[in-house]
Amino acid sequence: MRLFWNITLGGVAEGMIFASVALGLVLIFRATNVINFAQGAMAMLTTFIAFSVFGKGVGYWPAFVVALACGLFLGGLVQLVLIRPVQNKPPLNAVIVTFGLLILLEGLAGAVWGNSNRGFPAAFSQSGLVIGHTAIAFSHFDIFIVVAVLVLVVLVAALFRFTTLGLRMRAAAFAPEAARLLGVKVSWLLTLGWSFAAVAGALAGLLVAPTSVFSPTFMDLILVYAFTAAVIGGLDSPVGAVIGGLVTGLALAYVGGYLGGALEPIGALVMLIVVLMIRPEGLFARPTARRV
Amino acid sequence: MLEVSELSVSFGAVSALKGVSLQARTGSITAVLGANGAGKTTLLRAISGLVKAHAGSVRYDKHELVGMSVERIVRAGVSHVPEGGSVIAEMTVAENLQLGAVWRYGRRERQRRIGEIYEIFPALATRAKQHASTLSGGERQMLAIGRALVSRPSLLLLDEPSLGLAPLVTAGLMAVLADLSKGGEITTVLVEQNARSALSIASWAVVLNLGTVVVSDSADAVAGDADLRHHFLGF
Amino acid sequence: MIKLRLPGWARLPRQPMLRHLLFGALGALFFYLLSNSLSSFNNFQLGEVAVYAIAIAGLSVLTGVNGQISLGQGAFLAVGAYTIGELEVHQSINLVFQLLIAVAVSAAVGFIIAVPATRLRGPYLAGMTLLLALALPFLSDKYSSFFGGDQGLITLPPDAPGSIDPQKWLTWIQLLCALIVLVLLGNLLSSRFGRSFRAVRDNEVAASLAGVHVARTKVIAFVISAACAGLSGALLVLSTGVVNTGEFPLSLSIYILAGMVLGGAGTLTGAWWGAILVVYLPNQWSQSLANAFHANHLVGANLAVIVFGAVLIIVMLLAPAGVQGGLRWLGHRLVTVSTVTKLGSNISVALQDQPASKQDRGGPDSETAATSVD
Ligand SMILES: Nc1ncnc2c1ncn2[C@@H]1O[C@H](COP(=O)(O)OP(=O)(O)OP(=O)(O)O)[C@@H](O)[C@H]1O
Ligand SMILES: [Mg+2]
Repeated sequence: MRLFWNITLGGVAEGMIFASVALGLVLIFRATNVINFAQGAMAMLTTFIAFSVFGKGVGYWPAFVVALACGLFLGGLVQLVLIRPVQNKPPLNAVIVTFGLLILLEGLAGAVWGNSNRGFPAAFSQSGLVIGHTAIAFSHFDIFIVVAVLVLVVLVAALFRFTTLGLRMRAAAFAPEAARLLGVKVSWLLTLGWSFAAVAGALAGLLVAPTSVFSPTFMDLILVYAFTAAVIGGLDSPVGAVIGGLVTGLALAYVGGYLGGALEPIGALVMLIVVLMIRPEGLFARPTARRV
Repeated sequence: MLEVSELSVSFGAVSALKGVSLQARTGSITAVLGANGAGKTTLLRAISGLVKAHAGSVRYDKHELVGMSVERIVRAGVSHVPEGGSVIAEMTVAENLQLGAVWRYGRRERQRRIGEIYEIFPALATRAKQHASTLSGGERQMLAIGRALVSRPSLLLLDEPSLGLAPLVTAGLMAVLADLSKGGEITTVLVEQNARSALSIASWAVVLNLGTVVVSDSADAVAGDADLRHHFLGF
Repeated sequence: MIKLRLPGWARLPRQPMLRHLLFGALGALFFYLLSNSLSSFNNFQLGEVAVYAIAIAGLSVLTGVNGQISLGQGAFLAVGAYTIGELEVHQSINLVFQLLIAVAVSAAVGFIIAVPATRLRGPYLAGMTLLLALALPFLSDKYSSFFGGDQGLITLPPDAPGSIDPQKWLTWIQLLCALIVLVLLGNLLSSRFGRSFRAVRDNEVAASLAGVHVARTKVIAFVISAACAGLSGALLVLSTGVVNTGEFPLSLSIYILAGMVLGGAGTLTGAWWGAILVVYLPNQWSQSLANAFHANHLVGANLAVIVFGAVLIIVMLLAPAGVQGGLRWLGHRLVTVSTVTKLGSNISVALQDQPASKQDRGGPDSETAATSVD
């Protein structure tokens, strides 16, 4: 039973990370119909930048802020320079461009920082908490992961629900032409959407790096797990992305905990196949916005 | 005053507008009529900047609209209700209305303007929190027009607002449009298949055929010309 | 448009099938002469070019002709390779049967992936194939006794008859397979199947209204590309002699995709250009390039990946038809201009001809963005 709870707690922390990457994927997909396969690699880059900044001895939190700021900048830049030119082309072109960016960034990071595994600092202690007399597999840092992603989710929800910026972003995503006729500057908002998504990714990078090996490819698996989560959530529903992230995190934790960690990626693949077979539109898709 | 001159638009080999010229007097309703594929929608889309004109000009209120971006044309006071209304189904009625005014008004003024729209279209007020996807065809059309009006445009472009509406609802809608233009502050260009009801409220009428203006005359004259009606308008 | 008038005997056969066979035979002759003049090592590389051409051509059919994409072709190479490895461990059967079994197994894996992914329009296939490519190496960790663990499985090159150099013999086998595959694919594309592939790419709704079974067509295209990749993987390990997961990293999938994009999506001849890039860039050119610029070893080690990433992006942004598209366009212009000068007519004919030649380029850019945002 203890094993079960420990695995569950680990799954929740993992799931929150998947949720934040999946949220970025969904924000972008909803607005521009593009899956950003470079979402993980962009997060990798901002995390490496934070690593270098941290190495200068400025402390953890300034490096943290630098990473998020770099995400904001990088997301917008990528949309402006690489995505806009292929926006009105067949969707495959955008897939190839984001995938090309994925490996371009990994190659560049390898050239600058090397391909070997490194350690990345954590904001809080990573040793398990002790409740009563039993140690559990949940650390202060895991609490930080959960809180940080929850804050992100609340901010995104508030943005969309309570601000006119969110209103305009939704309009730009759902009905770009109608939005333009109402004076919404759609192309600028799409750029901003990429920026926000990249910030979510940058946060995920900072949260993953201390808990795994830290090398230019460290976000690869996270990206495909987040893709799984986003598909489970319906690919265009932010709420679905968060729930999908938790479901994926828990499911993979059980697979890893009981069957062995090497089976996690296969487990994700099986989940993806099963979900697409039984509920292809995802578990939480908005019924009105079905893509046939 | 809206002044379209020698406006030409083509899509690849198809030329949809071939040197169209027309004028819409300030504060009046101008009906644009014509068969399917005549170029009516294209005309409105060229005025509001959604399609690029390759020749000609559109002057409105000291602005040359050809070459301006859609967003800037909107800020010049032009509101375009596209064919089918294009309300955003994923949003509520209130959110759709908000969206119409965000570029122009702050929160307080926006609420006041939306209140005025609810007075014009009471049916919308009771459905404020409902998703637009749940509205009937007529309610959608009202929402689309209301959404275009919240920003107090000076030029209103309406593309077939009566599309799919019952005759009684159409008559009500036309009455509202006639009322709106009574104040003399809003210039309306009304594209319609339903020529009879459009002519009943318009003061001027333009008939398009295959991308060219074939008739441009007072609405009464057009309505009174049996030959013309028979030939181009089918009633 | 003006065409060169050639005497009857010099014209290409009208029948696509005959034309492809003719090209195949000419290719075989060319490669036979080439391989006889090359050293053993150069023959090894020529064989690899042939092997990658198979995988790239398969992907090209999937992406350029059918409008789907796989980001994880490396996984299917691995499936084909491990199939050969297992067959060699357990029993000795004829090489032809081994290759056929490898093709069948990878086609079956492709089927399992394609059926759920192609039920919806969207990026599902791309994501699933990427996941597959990342997941497969873990499988051999987990079941290391079956997959041979870190060492992997050993494969032996096929015995060469008589006194033929074994390397040259293997290269011939690989070249022959490549030519057969390309002829078969060429015939496929000019058949009814090819037309329905293109119809689905251009507009799924229109295709289904025209009676094309969209989902089935997409699955078939994906299975064909997986089968090609499996054959490619099987032939690849015959020359490397060992099958282990280190041979099939994600970068392999990237190389194949980049080779396809660079050669020109949807063109089979373009596969050769892509394959040359895939064989020579990571192994030789990137090293020379890094040395030429006195770059440090980290840059050298990552240069190939950087270049492939840049290739993917730059080709997509600037010349989506790839090398083959560019060559075709050039060739078209040359033919036109020379015809025009020969006939002494005025140059405006050539100018009029340009739009047509642009449309002829093929590849994803000639396709209008048919999918609307709903
Ligand atoms: N985006 C486009 N691409 C190609 N052709 C177009 C496009 N938009 C319009 N056309 C063509 O231009 C012509 C005019 O179309 P338009 O939509 O303006 O007609 P309309 O008068 O509004 O017709 P209806 O009464 O049916 O709405 C038609 O022949 C149409 O096919
Ligand atoms: Mg119309």
